[in-house]
Amino acid sequence: MEHSLQAENLSFAYPATDGGTPIPVFEGLDLTIEKGSFVAILGHNGSGKSTLAKHFNAILLPVCGRVCVFGMDTKDEELLLEIRRNVGMVFQNPDNQIVANVVEEDVAFAPENLGVEPKQIRRRVDEALKQVGMYEYRTHAPHLLSGGQKQRIAIAGVIAMRPECIVLDEPTAMLDPKGREEVLQTILQLNRDHGMTVVLITHHMEEAALADRVVAMANGKIVCDGTPKQVFSQVEKLEAVGLTVPATTRLLYELNKAGMNLPLDALSVEECAQALKEALNQSSAAE
Amino acid sequence: MLKDITLGQYFPGKTIIHRLDPRTKIIMVVVYIVALFLAVKYASYGLMLAFLVSVMILSRISPKRLLSGMKPLIIIILLTGILNIFYTGGEHLLVHWRFIRIYREGLINAGYMILRIIMLISGTFLLTYTTSPIELTDGLERLLSPLKKLHVPVHELSMMMCIALRFIPTLIEETDKIIAAQKARGADFETGNIFRRAKALVPILVPMFISAFRRADELAVAMECRCYHGGEGRTRMKIMKMKLRDYVTFLIGALLLAGVIVLRHFGL
Amino acid sequence: MTPIIEVVDLKHVYSPGTPFEHKGLDGVSFRVERGQTVGIIGHTGSGKSTLIQHLNGLLKPTSGKVYLDGTYILKDKQTTRNARFRVGLVLQYPEYQLFEETVRADISFGPKNMGLSDAEVKKRVEAAAACVGLTEALMEKSPFDLSGGQKRRVAIAGVLAMEPEVLILDEPTAGLDPKGRADILENLKVYQRQKNATLMIVSHSMEEIASFADQLLVLQKGRVAMYDTPAEVFKKAAALQEMGLAVPQITQVFLRLKELGVDIDTDVYTTGYGLKTILAKKEGAGHA
Repeated sequence: MEHSLQAENLSFAYPATDGGTPIPVFEGLDLTIEKGSFVAILGHNGSGKSTLAKHFNAILLPVCGRVCVFGMDTKDEELLLEIRRNVGMVFQNPDNQIVANVVEEDVAFAPENLGVEPKQIRRRVDEALKQVGMYEYRTHAPHLLSGGQKQRIAIAGVIAMRPECIVLDEPTAMLDPKGREEVLQTILQLNRDHGMTVVLITHHMEEAALADRVVAMANGKIVCDGTPKQVFSQVEKLEAVGLTVPATTRLLYELNKAGMNLPLDALSVEECAQALKEALNQSSAAE
Repeated sequence: MLKDITLGQYFPGKTIIHRLDPRTKIIMVVVYIVALFLAVKYASYGLMLAFLVSVMILSRISPKRLLSGMKPLIIIILLTGILNIFYTGGEHLLVHWRFIRIYREGLINAGYMILRIIMLISGTFLLTYTTSPIELTDGLERLLSPLKKLHVPVHELSMMMCIALRFIPTLIEETDKIIAAQKARGADFETGNIFRRAKALVPILVPMFISAFRRADELAVAMECRCYHGGEGRTRMKIMKMKLRDYVTFLIGALLLAGVIVLRHFGL
Repeated sequence: MTPIIEVVDLKHVYSPGTPFEHKGLDGVSFRVERGQTVGIIGHTGSGKSTLIQHLNGLLKPTSGKVYLDGTYILKDKQTTRNARFRVGLVLQYPEYQLFEETVRADISFGPKNMGLSDAEVKKRVEAAAACVGLTEALMEKSPFDLSGGQKRRVAIAGVLAMEPEVLILDEPTAGLDPKGRADILENLKVYQRQKNATLMIVSHSMEEIASFADQLLVLQKGRVAMYDTPAEVFKKAAALQEMGLAVPQITQVFLRLKELGVDIDTDVYTTGYGLKTILAKKEGAGHA
């Protein structure tokens, strides 16, 4: 498998606010993300997941260890623009990422910074806006759009750089369910249809369940790493670090504690209902 | 509330005025303002008004929209008018009460003054209403680019202006929310003397500043993530090119200026 | 008994007479009894935020009235001001309203505005801080040095310290992680028990609201679409989905089970109740 993002023995500490000892975030963290995959990084507030994200495009540099993106060491200042072009970042608050007053001008911002030819910029902007389904809003003012729409503009602004990978730091935390759905669908599409590597940082279990792989973090360490089914079946482990599991898993888990024998990896509503039906049929048949 | 302020707002459109090169529009506003200050009496004002109304019609911006944008400036406009009434001397005394003397010339003068301010604001509003802030700052940046040789940070200044314009509506909305939140905690902005009222603003101003700094911080990171590294090597999606309509506009501008100067010469 | 809150045919038109004119509320009526917990749901733009700002007189209705414990809240200036204190309102992302130098001073802002004595202010601030689990050490810190979850709790304490009879919160858990959410909801329950207060909570999370509220007010386009117990509301899954709202995942599972031909109750909206229902069904099947 081809690696896209790679953190090796990564350590980082924030400088202390008032002359005390620096506050360590993680020590000796290893994480490799394969090209073309959709990885969710799950963790409570302060687990270090956002700090990790900022290492992937050299906004933060490791104190110890190293971070490589597509073979480029993030410490290499010469490669800074190339690294940032390849790893697009989307943040929580869409309002604070939009630079321009008109949607298409904002999407053009990154390619303009990269010195792309005007005609090529136009093409990229139109393409990016179509990919996030916001093409018909290209001349609108961003502040009049809904949260979900604004966040999709922010995504378009990043994919206009034609990155290999996109890292989203809690992109749905400030959105309503409709906006959340819009953004998640956009992310899924980028991964499935355009083969983009996606790293989604979130504390929503339902969102993490959409990924191919879930990495659960707590206190700067990786606690679980695997497919959503593998990770969410470890109910006790997740709850011990302040995370919860989807309601479906929760129910199955409780039922097992009450003496039933159900598969904990029946994540979706459909799978869960099927598993329950089977179990109920069996118990009535057993009689 | 604060949301109704349309100062510096842009109304997208496809009219000929919208499509003019922003540099043309900026130069025209300067020409218009100069002409406005050269105008003396009804004939020259009439000419200016005719110009303003034609631009309004061409840009499909209704007078109502222009006037509603002026709401926050009403006090300044009225104050200027009133001062002119009292401070202009003349021959035809209309009112004399204690130390107040109002002359007919004063009233006329005040009328012209108010008209001039309204026309001045309307002209600049027409510019901002029909030109997106980015185009506007782009245009300014390009007009002022010769100053770069004198080490004036033209790109940085225009970027700052562009961002400021982008965040005005966001910050206004946020201020409304903070006011509501503090009112819910019993803050009282309506009673007490000036000192108390000024003090009552602290619970609004502090969160506003903190929020503005937080936003600035996040925006800076987001801009870096999108490969922003100053004006060097930057290209533009939209290339500015003067077209025939721009040259025609300049011709109209020159005629307007000439017209006003001629009328002024004849004291009209 | 007089309901603590009674809303009668409330209408609110935004920017009347301008091109931006639109109806925020279009004839809303409902009653809330003392001590109840009401969840308010509806998608963005359904009028939730507009509605709650009427309940303490922050917004003035275009027509219609709000009664607090039988009194019309806009009767006179004094009544309106009292309503501000009796109905505590915590808006979205309340941490953005913090402004004082210390946590203690910030929480004191509300009670001080009420004109209480210093001793009384101090007592209330301590009680509110304890209620949301702020330690003594945090009280002298600057609110801006705290974590996101702590700031949220300080902001909520700022309203709790006014000891309102009705506490209204607009998405109090938005943006917090599961632990942070659970903590805040628990704090609110404690306050409710202590003061026999009435709680009204706007939320986008059906899971959260299902386990928390005893009445649900569903708004759509500025009107009351449903006002009933969670069990009754979530029974109408199809209608909710049409409004762009979801039913809790657990309810979806039981609805699907029913579709699959299993004879089972579908008014399940919490994990606990789901557990009981399945076990009872199993038992029932076992003894059938």
